[in-house]
Amino acid sequence: MTPDEAIHARFQVIWPGFTLEIDLKLPGRGVTALFGHSGSGKTTLLRCLAGLERQSTGLLNFKGDVWQDSARGICRPTYQRPLGYVFQEASLFPHLSVWKNLNYGRKRVNNKHKVSLDQAVALLGIGHLLDRMPGRLSGGERQRVAIARALATSPELLLMDEPLAALDLKRKNEILPYLERLHDELEIPVFYVSHAPDEIARLADHVVLLSEGRVVAAGGLQETLARLDLPTAFTEDAGVVIEAVVADHDETYHLTRLDFTGGSVVVARRPEALGCRLRFRVHARDVSLTLTRAEGTSIANLLPATVTEVADADTPAHALVRLDAGGTPLIARITRRSLAHLDVTLNKPMWAQIKAVALLG
Amino acid sequence: MLSDVDFAAVWLTLKLATTTTVILLIVGTPIAWWLARTRSKWKGAIGAVVALPLVLPPTVLGFYLLIALGPHGLIGQLTQSLGWGVLPFTFVGLVVASVFYSMPFVVQPLQQAFEVIGTRPLEVAATLRASPWDAFFSVVLPLAKPGFITASILGFAHTVGEFGVVLMIGGNIPEKTQVVSVQIYNHVEALEYAEAHVLAGGMLLFSFLVLLALYSRKGTNAWK
Repeated sequence: MTPDEAIHARFQVIWPGFTLEIDLKLPGRGVTALFGHSGSGKTTLLRCLAGLERQSTGLLNFKGDVWQDSARGICRPTYQRPLGYVFQEASLFPHLSVWKNLNYGRKRVNNKHKVSLDQAVALLGIGHLLDRMPGRLSGGERQRVAIARALATSPELLLMDEPLAALDLKRKNEILPYLERLHDELEIPVFYVSHAPDEIARLADHVVLLSEGRVVAAGGLQETLARLDLPTAFTEDAGVVIEAVVADHDETYHLTRLDFTGGSVVVARRPEALGCRLRFRVHARDVSLTLTRAEGTSIANLLPATVTEVADADTPAHALVRLDAGGTPLIARITRRSLAHLDVTLNKPMWAQIKAVALLG
Repeated sequence: MLSDVDFAAVWLTLKLATTTTVILLIVGTPIAWWLARTRSKWKGAIGAVVALPLVLPPTVLGFYLLIALGPHGLIGQLTQSLGWGVLPFTFVGLVVASVFYSMPFVVQPLQQAFEVIGTRPLEVAATLRASPWDAFFSVVLPLAKPGFITASILGFAHTVGEFGVVLMIGGNIPEKTQVVSVQIYNHVEALEYAEAHVLAGGMLLFSFLVLLALYSRKGTNAWK
């Protein structure tokens, strides 16, 4: 990651009863999830990036451009930053039609390389809504229009503040596929605030965990989720996320094989075509360990792996074991007794039995 | 039915109310905006000063304005040094007095409209590349339209109805400062009840129609 491709953010915001103090180097592409409980400072950090938080001091270097440097008295106002922002609640201008909302930002941009409006409209599937007034849209439709409106300005950075939080499960599931398309088709960095682990597992490439205004952990999605040293708040649902490719369909038994770095798993037949990318979660409680490759078991997914770390789990009866399965991390939650009986030590080669995988999307 | 003097009074009243309303929309908008947005400790004091005409007897306001605008007052000395003479007993003096007198009727509805809009639409506009001025004209003004309509109607109607301040500042000079309310007073003093009836009835009808229009506007926002 060269300096020109990275985002360096250092902010301090001091309010009565709350202080945000962060210093982060973030990748200049992919989806970065800002994750944490309410009050952890996720939204404040996002607003600092956008320049909406007047009282923030610090530094923001976006791929070599200085957007803020309080020491030198520099702070580019929001409207001069090439970003798109999707707010948590519907933020469409109620006096403008969907079409005029979409054009509001777009016509104020003098960028030659505009994302075509048609492209944004098609990406979010809102072509049939253009003449409507925002008051006559459903919650999910409004958020899709808001996302398209942000994209239509051809932003170099997309900031999304829990865009799904105000929606019910049905609407969420209606929007998530569009967000996944954004992830796959956009070249720009996206910062996505959320407190829903499943959303993050589905969408994010990088994670920043925040707690009480400070960064607890930051890094790639897979490595970060596989860390055992994070506060239990983040690991009550310990597990890893694995990105895989659809490698084979077995029509006789209605199964699909998913390949990933260091191995493969077999799951019930998926509708996706060969070559499609899929993410799945493996919960720590669904992984058990054996010393040798188990014979005569009904468990189909057995992976050779090496122990890399042992840590405390949520109860004194259990332990968390981190393993490396040919480059892909796994976490197993086993009893302390098993830990002793199997003599689980660092670098010991073992077999991981995966009882279940949860496919995302 | 109406004499030339009566017609002149009606015309002068409309001219005064229109001028005052236009000036108040220009002056009152930034004041209302500031009051709606500021966290300054002066907010309460400025808000109270703007609201004073609501509770003060018009004669009190008129008395102080007469002194301030007069030859020895601060404003009077300023206008004299600029070569404009003194303002009391002129149409301009009447306009100045009316602007103060009707200020709360314009500022308060605007302030309320701005407060309802909040800061979110401005933030949204900023993330869509609109500068603060641009956002004010393209988002705040349209969203505050109902507030502007209410402010204009109230400012205009209240100026038409003023009496005490006019008498103190403007006197009773036909075609210069003699407005309808003063003219009605003249007619009654002269026991010309028929003429007084015409003007008074006209004012009654006008005021009712204004309030009727104000209260029967459907909803507050046309786009809903």
